Amino acid sequence: MDLLSQIGYGFLALVIVSSAAGMILSRNAVYSAVLLVINFISVAIIYLVLGAPFIALVQITVYAGSIMILFLFVIMLLGPDFLTGTEPIKGQRVLGISLGVVLAVEAGILLVGRGNLWALVPVFDGKGSSPEALGLVLFSQNPLIIIGISLILLVATVGAILLTRGDGSASHGNLEGKE
Amino acid sequence: MPLAFYVILSVIMFVIGILGVMLRRNPLVVFMSLEMMFNAANLLFVTFASYYHQLQGQIIVFFIMTVAAAEVAVGLAIMVAIFRTRHSIDLDQVSNLKG
Amino acid sequence: MPVSGTFFYLAPWVIFLPALGLVVNLLIGKRLGNHGAGIVASLATGSAFCVALLLAFSLVRQPDGEIFKIAEWLSIGTLKVDWALKVDTLSATMMLVVAGVGTLIHIYAIGYMQKDVHHNGDPERFTRFFVYFNLFIVAMMTLVTANNYLMLFVGWEGVGLCSYLLIGFWFEKGAQGTGNAKAAKKAFIVNRVGDFGLLMAMFLIFWNFGTFEFRGVFDAAKAMPTAGNGVILLITLFMLLGVTGKSAQLPLFVWLPDAMAGPTPVSALIHAATMVTAGVYLMARSLPLFVLAPAAQSVVMWVGALTALFAATIAVGQYDIKKVLAYSTISQLGFMVAAVGMGAVTAGMFHLITHAFFKALLFLSAGSVILGMESGEEGHHKGEPGEAVDPQDMRNMGGLQRRMPVTFWVYLTGALALSGIAPLSGFFSKDEILTSVGQQSLPVFIILLAAAFLTAFYMGRQLLMVFGGRARTHVAEQAKENSPIITVPLVILAVLSILGGLINFPGLNWLETWLEHTLELGKPEAFSILTAGISLVIALTGLFAAWLLYGRRSLGSPERPDPLTPMGWLYKALEHKWWVDEVYQFVLVQPYRYIAREVMATWSDQEIIDGVANDLGNITSALSQGWSALQNGLVRSYALMMLLGVVAILAYLLFR
Repeated sequence: MDLLSQIGYGFLALVIVSSAAGMILSRNAVYSAVLLVINFISVAIIYLVLGAPFIALVQITVYAGSIMILFLFVIMLLGPDFLTGTEPIKGQRVLGISLGVVLAVEAGILLVGRGNLWALVPVFDGKGSSPEALGLVLFSQNPLIIIGISLILLVATVGAILLTRGDGSASHGNLEGKE
Repeated sequence: MPLAFYVILSVIMFVIGILGVMLRRNPLVVFMSLEMMFNAANLLFVTFASYYHQLQGQIIVFFIMTVAAAEVAVGLAIMVAIFRTRHSIDLDQVSNLKG
Repeated sequence: MPVSGTFFYLAPWVIFLPALGLVVNLLIGKRLGNHGAGIVASLATGSAFCVALLLAFSLVRQPDGEIFKIAEWLSIGTLKVDWALKVDTLSATMMLVVAGVGTLIHIYAIGYMQKDVHHNGDPERFTRFFVYFNLFIVAMMTLVTANNYLMLFVGWEGVGLCSYLLIGFWFEKGAQGTGNAKAAKKAFIVNRVGDFGLLMAMFLIFWNFGTFEFRGVFDAAKAMPTAGNGVILLITLFMLLGVTGKSAQLPLFVWLPDAMAGPTPVSALIHAATMVTAGVYLMARSLPLFVLAPAAQSVVMWVGALTALFAATIAVGQYDIKKVLAYSTISQLGFMVAAVGMGAVTAGMFHLITHAFFKALLFLSAGSVILGMESGEEGHHKGEPGEAVDPQDMRNMGGLQRRMPVTFWVYLTGALALSGIAPLSGFFSKDEILTSVGQQSLPVFIILLAAAFLTAFYMGRQLLMVFGGRARTHVAEQAKENSPIITVPLVILAVLSILGGLINFPGLNWLETWLEHTLELGKPEAFSILTAGISLVIALTGLFAAWLLYGRRSLGSPERPDPLTPMGWLYKALEHKWWVDEVYQFVLVQPYRYIAREVMATWSDQEIIDGVANDLGNITSALSQGWSALQNGLVRSYALMMLLGVVAILAYLLFR
């Protein structure tokens, strides 16, 4: 692998990690959302490299395009948060960060330390991952996934509507009556 | 790139997601960290789909994305409903099950 | 092979008929009225006697007897215990004695208790007495008909229970209001010590022989190699402990004198004729075991002989009419135990039967005397309140010969039989014991002779103090003879006391051949004119000595000191029963009470056990309070917990 592509990969990894870190560290929710979008797009680029063009584009369209937009809508709806920076739960930060590090180390050891993970992923040669091929496999070998997906989407739609509908008194009364 | 590159990248993204879930009080950021975790899993699937020359991995990613979308929709709906009654988006205030 | 014309199938009725009587009295006794309840109870026992007679006749035709199984009781692993009745000559003998003497005492008790409940002021309690009495017959029959040691123990405990219930019949009376209850408690507890011995013996039997059944045990014991005889010695010694408890030998005899607190029919039936003979029966039944352990046989013989002498000495110094008879019972039991211990089972059983006759007779007559004194007291107190006169104290009696003639004559018969005057029954049975002893051990022979001398002496003393001379108090002056319901059983028993010698008349030896079918006895002892002559002379000397001291000059007033007082400290010791109870109190009871109160109750119970219990509760409470802090209702800390769990599982997988 030549130096250029290694630099490319390294840069990509850097962008992914820093946008992720930035997302959880940012005070402003909108900044977090935008950083997450950057993260998604970078991951989509990796998908492209790995030979899943369809998945890459679906990632951008669905994840970055719809889900994050939804997030931004809700952020706008709920307004800014006035939460203080101090952590009310004792020991949460220390314990959380340490456990996270421990988890990373453990996962690293488990995955990398065992097994032969130094094999090279082959470079995408442009064949075999077209939407046509994907669709063939999906509809002939995994019909249940399609059915599952449709059911989940149906339930989610109905649920979202029901949850936010309330009855007329609930949505009105709480904003005005119980002040 | 060797497999280890992608695996470690995925692990880092996952852990960052977990930290976000635990350490942020804004529920929206929590949800976004959840998405990060999904993302890490997706990356692993695609990696190994490519390594083994299979399309199964990509199909599972397909599925996961859909589930994530549905879950976000419902989760945000709950968030909005909670906000209507409490007028605050502090996650620590949703503690009626204390004791 | 069962022979036709036998009645062995009737065997369970010997237990069930008294049980039926007991249930009838329990349920509808109050409605039957006092006489009715008494009749029901007496009928129950009487019919049990008839069944026993039929069984005896069946045994004449089929001398080997039969085992009648009622039900399977236990079947646990290798332990199989059945409720089975062993009808053989030994158990038939006991059944006849228990049911026969029991029936007579039941009839007597109808009259006696009628007066007693009125004297003590609780006429409602009459039925309860007969319920307990029948319960006792049931338990005693279970004991003697048992086919295995475990059923025997059931009966053993049952008679102990009935003894407790009946001694404490007037539980709210007695010295300082609790005397009777204390006597009942003492009887039960001291018996318990003996029961411990019997239980240990039974455990050893099961552990070594694998069964409780008599036949099985004896066969296994005989098959044991001689090296194993230490076990048999241990078994028999433990059995001896049980016998000393139930049959009131040294050192566990202390409950029997106190048991006189119960009504007189109780003393007659339980503490003279039947329950106390259970120990003798046990040893007779276990003869094959004792034969295999000659050391135990000597121990038993010595225990019996020493008890006989010891109790006889105490009887000389007692004033209560029933206490004299109680110590006399202990002494005579010593004779029986000594006889059975050295293997002269026929002599022991013979004396058991004759002793049942004349001791029951003596107790019942003493009851008659007491009733006469009580009616004299009521007559005396018709006008004036005076000092309470103890109706049982012999010093308050005197001159009752003229006032209660029937009682006098039967009492005389009983006393002479007990002293061993020919040709009454006691002479033959006691003589047979002495003959057997004389062949085996000279020291024991002399001890028993001394006891026989003292027996005659104290009986003469009692006769003369109670019936002779002039009445010493006004109460005695007004004593009256009792009704036939009381005197008729006395007369019957007197006749039995006179004729009882025929049971094993020397030369005819009916009892010997009868028992030979069940036990393996040796050759019957030949009648020795020398021993008979010696024992007769000794008995007559005893009576003569009593007449010298008590008969020649009437004793005058009750306050005059006993003629034996010049013996000084010896007489004082006899009067105070060698301070046995005081010694036991000091050595055993008080330290035990101290430990119970100071060590166990305060320190061990309150501090340690309560402390542990309380601490358990406190710790649990504290722990739960600590753990409940984890549930703070915050989602993020729950998420942290989940992460913790995941990390832990991964760590486990990592380091596996």
